[in-house]
Amino acid sequence: MSVALPASRAEQARVRRGSGDRVFRLLVAFCAGFVLLSLGAVAALMLTGGLPALRNFGFAFLYRSVWDPVRQDFGAFVPIYGTLVTSLIAMLIAVPISFGIALFLSEVAPSWLRAPVAAAIELLAGIPSIIYGMWGLFVFVPFMADWVEPWIDDNLGAIPFLGALFRGPPLGIGMLTAGIILGVMVIPFISSVMRDVFALVPPTLRESAFGLGATRWEVVRGVVLPYTRTAVVGGIFLGLGRALGETMAVTFVLGNAHEFAISLLKPGNSIAAAIANEFTEADSDMYRSSLVALGFVLFVVTFIVLALAKLMLIRLARREGT
Amino acid sequence: MKFFTSVLAIVLAALPLAAGAQQITGAGSTFVYPVLSKWSDAYSKKAAGVQINYQSIGSGGGIAQIKAGTVTFGATDKPLEPAELQAAGLAQFPSVIGGIVPTVNLPGIKPGAMRLTGPLLADIYLGRIVKWNDPALVALNPELGLPALDITVVHRSDGSGTTYNWVNYLSKVSPDWRAKVGEGTSVAWPTGVGGKGNEGVAAYVGRIKGSIGYVEYAYVLQNKMTYALVQNRAGKFVEPSLASFQAAAASADWDKVQDFSLVMTDAPGEAAYPVTATTFILMHKTPKDPASSKATLDFFSWAFEHGDKLAEQLDYVPLPDALVHQIEAYWKAQIR
Repeated sequence: MSVALPASRAEQARVRRGSGDRVFRLLVAFCAGFVLLSLGAVAALMLTGGLPALRNFGFAFLYRSVWDPVRQDFGAFVPIYGTLVTSLIAMLIAVPISFGIALFLSEVAPSWLRAPVAAAIELLAGIPSIIYGMWGLFVFVPFMADWVEPWIDDNLGAIPFLGALFRGPPLGIGMLTAGIILGVMVIPFISSVMRDVFALVPPTLRESAFGLGATRWEVVRGVVLPYTRTAVVGGIFLGLGRALGETMAVTFVLGNAHEFAISLLKPGNSIAAAIANEFTEADSDMYRSSLVALGFVLFVVTFIVLALAKLMLIRLARREGT
Repeated sequence: MKFFTSVLAIVLAALPLAAGAQQITGAGSTFVYPVLSKWSDAYSKKAAGVQINYQSIGSGGGIAQIKAGTVTFGATDKPLEPAELQAAGLAQFPSVIGGIVPTVNLPGIKPGAMRLTGPLLADIYLGRIVKWNDPALVALNPELGLPALDITVVHRSDGSGTTYNWVNYLSKVSPDWRAKVGEGTSVAWPTGVGGKGNEGVAAYVGRIKGSIGYVEYAYVLQNKMTYALVQNRAGKFVEPSLASFQAAAASADWDKVQDFSLVMTDAPGEAAYPVTATTFILMHKTPKDPASSKATLDFFSWAFEHGDKLAEQLDYVPLPDALVHQIEAYWKAQIR
């Protein structure tokens, strides 16, 4: 009759540990719930704040390129385009370079070199973005204006169709410059994730591949990458998320112009930069609401991008299975 | 424990002192922030215990805050219409004057050498005049030998009172500008690149060859920028200076408007600089807290009387005496 018997000491201990378990579970669940809650609150707040603008301009808010605070007429196409284009340029630069950095550090570099280089990269991640912006404006913009952009205009501007992307006055300020600076900014985020996961590949796998006579590149392609693919893609999207939302550095070198230009050499605008620039003096309700709606659009864009990444990973995993 | 009780005792002892000190809170325009903080610093040394807490959150925010009654005074670069003031029970008066100056980046051209007119500036900012050797520019400046360089227009990317006064001037002198763009603290610029703040515009103009921008006078002096002269309404090309800004304030028709609701740009005086601006202070006519309202008026009358030197150190221009008398009469009549 176990009911009448006093619980044994071991049992008591288990019960006590069980309640500790429950507290712990509640605690971590609260932590996770906190993220979801604040995320939901932010989204809901931006949606309600932006609702007057979204209702007034309708779906056209997303594809109209007019932005006229005087006539209270707003469309978000230019900032959306600028955000996506600068982030795309940033990823085109940052992903291959980060990849190279991570491979060098995990596969090629002598072990005494790894720690200092890794520390240097992490330091790069700690630089405030306004420093990148000022460096961009005072050092990188003149370089682009005097050396790079005239060459691009002369040589790439003549290409049919694609040339339109590369024609324009060499101001040094514009979407190309902003994209490159963004690329430099996200390299540390992507490369440090990649380096960490490359280091996690079990040495036995790597050594077996070498034992079979594989070259370094074959080991990377056949063993390291498949083993770490999920984390690598995750790292890339961490960087992309940061590039999409970056404000200060972009504001300095993007030119902040609300007219649409297809050319990468022309000034553009980004969602985060527009909000940072214009929110303080947005003196009408519709203006303010449009800026908040812009914030909501950025939220949705980021969400879509991350969802696509997840989808891609799932499909990759499924192909692996068959 | 003993430590905490002693800390508590000190805090409690200090409380009545803090409550006794007169706190004045204000919010609004970033344009006046430097001079307001300098004035309040000097004033709190003079009038013991009066502290001015000014938040430079932008004119729009300043208007909203004073209407909500959360601050004692608001500051805006764009004057409110008498009807709007009436509806909110607010009084309005100018505080300090500044000038907005076009600056150019052209090789070999000295500060003050280039002459421009208002309509030409509007055409440049509309994107109609796109080369520096445009016949209209050459006709005004035959001796400069203007190059066949593209004009890059630089404007503010953030909403600002500087922009408001600049486009207000362009609207006054160019019907096309008024019809196509209009005026506001930020507008839909037909062309150009946007720099954040005066320093952003100054940096872009410094960087881009063939650019033209507009900045507050202080930035021209501090960065030794190449400024251009603008023809005023009387047909004169006037150097931007403290004297010409004050001439603009003196010649503006303050008598004809209610509540000082007037933008000083394109002032009629012979010696008046054409793009002159002021920031307006907003206060409740029947304040909820008469003590702090009175302290605020005391502060401004001290500033009008003794703050001239401090304002000039920061390249702001104090109001001319006649205008100060008008303002003080207005206070007596309007603010209880």
